[in-house]
Amino acid sequence: MSVNAGVTEAEGTSAGASPPLGRGGAIVTTSLTKRFPGGQVAVDHLDLAVPRGSVFGFLGPNGSGKTTTIRMLLGLVTPTEGTCEVLGEPVPRRLAAVLPRVGALVDGPAFHPHLSGTANLLRLSAADAAVDRRTARARVAEALARVGLSAAARKRYGAYSVGMRQRLALAAALRGPRELLILDEPTNGLDPQGTREVRSLIRQVAAAGTTVFVSSHLLAEVEQICTHAAVMSGGRLVAQGTVAELRAALGGRAAVTRVTVETPHAGRAATLLTGLGLAGVRAGDGEVSAALGDRAPEDVCRALVEAGVAVRGFAVVRPSLEDVYVDLTGEGFDVGA
Amino acid sequence: MSALEGAAALPVPPAPPAAARAFARLLGSELLLIFRRPRNLVILAALALLPVAIAVVVRYSSGGIGAEVTLFTRVTGNGLFLAFGAMAVMTPFLLPIAVTVVAGDAVAGEAASGTLRYLLAVPAGRTRLLAAKYLGAVLYALAAVLLIMLSALAAGWALFPSGPVALLSGTTISLADSLLRLLIVAGYATAGMAALAAVALAVSTLADSPIGVVAGVVVGVVVFQLLGALPDLAPLRPYLITSWWTAFDEVLRSPMGVARLVDGLLVYAAYTLVALSTAWARFTGRDITG
Ligand SMILES: Nc1ncnc2c1ncn2[C@@H]1O[C@H](COP(=O)(O)OP(=O)(O)OP(=O)(O)O)[C@@H](O)[C@H]1O
Ligand SMILES: [Mg+2]
Repeated sequence: MSVNAGVTEAEGTSAGASPPLGRGGAIVTTSLTKRFPGGQVAVDHLDLAVPRGSVFGFLGPNGSGKTTTIRMLLGLVTPTEGTCEVLGEPVPRRLAAVLPRVGALVDGPAFHPHLSGTANLLRLSAADAAVDRRTARARVAEALARVGLSAAARKRYGAYSVGMRQRLALAAALRGPRELLILDEPTNGLDPQGTREVRSLIRQVAAAGTTVFVSSHLLAEVEQICTHAAVMSGGRLVAQGTVAELRAALGGRAAVTRVTVETPHAGRAATLLTGLGLAGVRAGDGEVSAALGDRAPEDVCRALVEAGVAVRGFAVVRPSLEDVYVDLTGEGFDVGA
Repeated sequence: MSALEGAAALPVPPAPPAAARAFARLLGSELLLIFRRPRNLVILAALALLPVAIAVVVRYSSGGIGAEVTLFTRVTGNGLFLAFGAMAVMTPFLLPIAVTVVAGDAVAGEAASGTLRYLLAVPAGRTRLLAAKYLGAVLYALAAVLLIMLSALAAGWALFPSGPVALLSGTTISLADSLLRLLIVAGYATAGMAALAAVALAVSTLADSPIGVVAGVVVGVVVFQLLGALPDLAPLRPYLITSWWTAFDEVLRSPMGVARLVDGLLVYAAYTLVALSTAWARFTGRDITG
């Protein structure tokens, strides 16, 4: 895919923009649209293509339509337009065949407060015609263990902390073997330790061959665990592709790879970098940075050292997905309408 | 499964089809949810205590108790009449409120708390879930009716004489016959509450606030009772579900007023059919955004 093919301009989703996945995708939507009664268009002609086996980050600011998309994938909300296919089956028509193969965490945890964690998961098991009654308990216990809730399994859900609730929702998604996990902001409310655990859980699940579709507005997170990502803004898809493609898609945009040099000779270093032809040189107190352009970082470093600049630190800062995201969504602090 | 494996498998007793077994599990889970819920248990306890309170009041007070005086004066002759009397007192309002709390909460409660989206993502299946919800509410109504009757029988026989029962029409029937008639009362009352449960379930699929649903249906019951009590609106009476709830006094006549009971059951069936169709159409077509 060329650098720009991964990026669809917000002004119009051209048909050729989505990666040619066809039938093989874990999730394929075409022109998927949801207009709520009252006129609010939550999802606007979305062409999403999630390859099987990928860990797919679904990014977007608050109100950009992530949860609504996920609800359509799970048959909770009926699309007003377009189609979606999950694991090769049309949804919502073949939901009964699809959903047993999908684990989902939708829009935060929701359970019965007067029941224990175990009882809540057993209730979901009981509703699941695909689950064997004899193995239900063992599976529930295993799912609770995977998310570190074994000790609190018998505690009332109402007495759970926010993080424990989130973990229980994850356990619900992991109740059985899954081909696809759909996780809507799985690390919401978790402490740093819990966040790390969820990341490693996602890696484990993915390593076992499960496709993971994870929505988030925590970009660093997506960057760490995802192979692919899509960026939503105001209900529209503004970019999708592999994480590397998304980074590359920045060529010519504001966010570019920069070098940062830590040195007591900031002035001299700045002059030298300018002399080397680097653009955007910024000299600060004990630090100089510049856009790397097409120079090799090792050449820049050698030039500095040979010129007698005392290099205390040298870093190459690649544009983070966050830069891509801010660049694409133009997202400030305000939530879109 | 290959034919070989099939042949090697141990002979098992013919099991009900997998779908039926799976539905039974869902219904079981629904019943656990209803009967483990503290609020629902408190309501059942209150319903069971009321006949005892009535028995004590009748036993230890000299005066009558207003409208139900005919039934309750009979209680002093035979404790079994307390079961009829308690049903006559509780069927117009208390029992319907209990049933509405459960049936009105059935869908709206899970929608409001968000548990509905997880059930449907399982997938529980919308029609299947609705059926389990309805049967759960009906079984709660049945439990409430049986509890009232058992509590009334226990209290009645503890404080008053037992033995043959003199009916409203004067004839006397045996204990066995009267217990059978009591069962008919229980069945008829449950049928009336099942129709109400269908209405409450339909309203439950239309709104997202469980408290609003319960309040709305209870207000509806009160309004229907008032309409039924207005002499000017007598022609309307046969169409009001509430007018038929206490028709089980026919059971106390000899011969039993079966025709009126059957009319009542037909009215219940009509209400149930319309309400369940509405609930199904709404629930299977609706967006779950809570
Ligand atoms: N039931 C509804 N009726 C009307 N509008 C809705 C409804 N649900 C969502 N919306 C609107 O659709 C848009 C997308 O909402 P959605 O919940 O999908 O966003 P999101 O990307 O998940 O946001 P967040 O990151 O805050 O969870 C929002 O503008 C929201 O107000
Ligand atoms: Mg959301």
